[in-house]
Amino acid sequence: MGLMMKIELTRFKVHNEFTKKVELISGQNLFACYQCGNCTAGCPVAFAMEVGPHEVIRFTLLGLEEEALGVNTFWLCASCLQCTSRCPKGIDIARVMDALRSVVLRKKERKDHIQIPEFPEGFLERLPQIAFVSGFRKFLS
Amino acid sequence: MKNNGRFIKRAMVVGGGIAGISASIDIGNAGYEVILVEKLPSIGGRMLQLSETFPTLDCAQCTLTPKTVETGQHPHIKLLTYSEVDGVEGKAGDFTVRVRRKAAYVDWEKCTGCGLCQEKCPSKNPSEFDRGMGPGKAIYTLSPQAVPNKPVINPSTCRYFLEKKCRVCEKVCPVGAIDYEQQDRFVEEKVGAIIAAVGFDLMPKETFGEYGYGVIPDVIDGLAFERLNSASGPTTGEIRRPSDGKIPKEVVFIQCTGSRDPERYMPYCSRVCCMYTGKHARLYKHKVHDGQVYIFYMDIRSTGKGYEEFIQQGMEEEGILYLRGRVSRIFRDDGKIVVWGVDTLTGKKVEVSADMVVLATAIIPQVETKGLAQKLGINTDEYGFFTEAERKLRPVETNIEGIYIAGCAQGPKDIADAVAHANASASKVQGLFARH
Amino acid sequence: MRYALCALRVGVLMDYLYFPGCTLYTKAKNFDQTARNCSLLLGFELKELPNWTCCGATFPLATDNIMALLPPSRILAKARGEGTILTTLCAICFNVIKRTNRLIQNDGEKREKINNFIEMNYQGDLRVLHYLEILKQEIGFSKIKERVKKPLAGLKAAAYYGCMLLRPFDEMGFDDKERPTLFEEFLEAMGAESVDFPYKIECCGSFQSVGSPEVATECSYKILDSAIKNGAEIVVSTCPMCTFNIDHKQSDIKEKYLGFKPIPVLYFTQLLGMAMGLDYQTLGFEQNFVDPLPLLKEKGFI
Repeated sequence: MGLMMKIELTRFKVHNEFTKKVELISGQNLFACYQCGNCTAGCPVAFAMEVGPHEVIRFTLLGLEEEALGVNTFWLCASCLQCTSRCPKGIDIARVMDALRSVVLRKKERKDHIQIPEFPEGFLERLPQIAFVSGFRKFLS
Repeated sequence: MKNNGRFIKRAMVVGGGIAGISASIDIGNAGYEVILVEKLPSIGGRMLQLSETFPTLDCAQCTLTPKTVETGQHPHIKLLTYSEVDGVEGKAGDFTVRVRRKAAYVDWEKCTGCGLCQEKCPSKNPSEFDRGMGPGKAIYTLSPQAVPNKPVINPSTCRYFLEKKCRVCEKVCPVGAIDYEQQDRFVEEKVGAIIAAVGFDLMPKETFGEYGYGVIPDVIDGLAFERLNSASGPTTGEIRRPSDGKIPKEVVFIQCTGSRDPERYMPYCSRVCCMYTGKHARLYKHKVHDGQVYIFYMDIRSTGKGYEEFIQQGMEEEGILYLRGRVSRIFRDDGKIVVWGVDTLTGKKVEVSADMVVLATAIIPQVETKGLAQKLGINTDEYGFFTEAERKLRPVETNIEGIYIAGCAQGPKDIADAVAHANASASKVQGLFARH
Repeated sequence: MRYALCALRVGVLMDYLYFPGCTLYTKAKNFDQTARNCSLLLGFELKELPNWTCCGATFPLATDNIMALLPPSRILAKARGEGTILTTLCAICFNVIKRTNRLIQNDGEKREKINNFIEMNYQGDLRVLHYLEILKQEIGFSKIKERVKKPLAGLKAAAYYGCMLLRPFDEMGFDDKERPTLFEEFLEAMGAESVDFPYKIECCGSFQSVGSPEVATECSYKILDSAIKNGAEIVVSTCPMCTFNIDHKQSDIKEKYLGFKPIPVLYFTQLLGMAMGLDYQTLGFEQNFVDPLPLLKEKGFI
């Protein structure tokens, strides 16, 4: 993952392209997050995440693009909106997770998160189409 | 309402909590007459409900009682308890205040304060004073050392008023002081200055959907914990949980419940919760040595003298575990209370199966504050607290000359600050009187 | 809107414009069929929206993703051309369509762009109602209780709300998002004993059954385990995605948790159909993964 213990901050690092893009796509002000962790505390899938949603927001705010995009956090988000519904600062965290997905999926080189050819035998037949329509939207470039 | 240009040098203090009491004593000591109006049957306010106060852990009653007694015996202070302000007219130096003296259904002139009526009352209703725990009688004084030590009957829980039965108190009273026919009456007081010190309330735990809407009995608020810890409380000072009376071994405290929450509840910080939660945790550990305390916090605001040291001592000596993070949800599961929180310092989700949860809910104004402000003609802010004349330089004055504010009615503060605030408003009154 | 009750008295069927959604045509045909049959018994008809297309299955959370708003906008515009109310059964369709409706109502710029693209003129004035809302607001649960032929006495049913019905509360306005009770009221109207359980509002994992299936398995297990621990004999669902996760994935759950006892999961309309006296063979049980027949026979409903 390449996590460094020390980062050097400047005003350019704080207001960088990556952070601005995430804020634009999600429509959320990441400076509003006071890191209370309520989102992570109530997230139903956070048990499987490398870092909680609040941490990924912190990485993004500090301009740590590699760290932010290198974790499985936003890929596991099920958009259940529990985080959004309980955030005391009114931040729509689910939107931020989707924005992080979008940043990866919209890159010029194709970067699908799931690979359809690798689906197990019978998978496409077994699941209802509602799963695929939403799943492909979230995971495919 | 002419008074021949005479400036009345009498003060009225509305609210008999520590702020109201402090202001009354100051003005009384300066030689002026004070009328102290208090809505409850006796004075003392919130401090009466507390067990021990931070940072010294002094017994609240031991600190408060000398003050209430001094007030009760003060030659210049007239107590109008179980009373509320009904209307105000006039201006500085010439206010006419109509005070409603609520029917106590007990003749206080005859009553000797023997306490037999309370002892024999068969009624058992959860009392507001004990935050919904404890038996609570229909005829009651708030404490054994109440000033004045005269009981009142609560008609909404009294069997006679509800069903026309019982009348035990009337039977046992040795001086025949019970009078079910009593009515509210009104008195008029003419004063030159008014201090409004009506105190605070706590946001009810029923507000919080994610914490159970108040339905889980072992999820209580800070004042309820104070009652559990009080020798005069529903469990005589033993920390026992309300549902089954067992001693909780895993206790979770949640700070910032309803505070610092602009999206869902109050945006402001309630100022005292960090300190009183730390205090509660320490008091719990003093009594339950093998229990574990978890405090979910966002920050620790311990700004007063000795406060930071108090908090650190709690961590170091009592092994209180402070977890930096909020709690997303609480629910009941099989006799335990499941707490879903987070420790942002390690980044991990934290789940605790607690025996009891104490919520430090937001400090809000008393529900009567807005109405009183309208009667006085003073302003309240968007949360209902009294607005001071200028945020930094005039903290106890209002937009009306002769009307001052003191204590938590102006905003959350601890006891030391409330007393300082009250002393300031008392000195403003004395200054006003000295100028005329 | 008391037309429905008038209609019942007069004997004329009131119809509600209905959007089934792709899955209700195939994997959740039982949900669709039972809903249609029940509505007839209750005095209204589900009139399917002509030429409908998929709603997109997720409301686009990226604020610049207008493309994903087009399918639900088309549905709204078409429906508005046919009537003033649109109803749906699938919780996800409900969420997408209702949130899109709100967006169109509040964001003039996007509304114009969308209308220009789909070459229609929709102004946001369609009322989007979930089938359960029709049952509660338009028909009334007491009316339903009257029509119950086979009260589900003794059936301990756990209502699983999931996420999309409830959140975000200020847009969905369906029920209290922390402690909803509508679904339980519905179950009690049919004579069942509703089981409240803490995981009834927690996510089943949704589309993670495509991306990270083990995570969805775990979420589903926690929900079912909570329901069972609180005494549930059957779980009731209103979403084909949830149903896939908590019904069909019980085989995956059993692989991980060997001691797990399967519990039947029914759509609420299947239960309603049974309570209203429909022949159980028309209720589409063959599409449910965990066979509900043994339990229903044991309870004497069949």
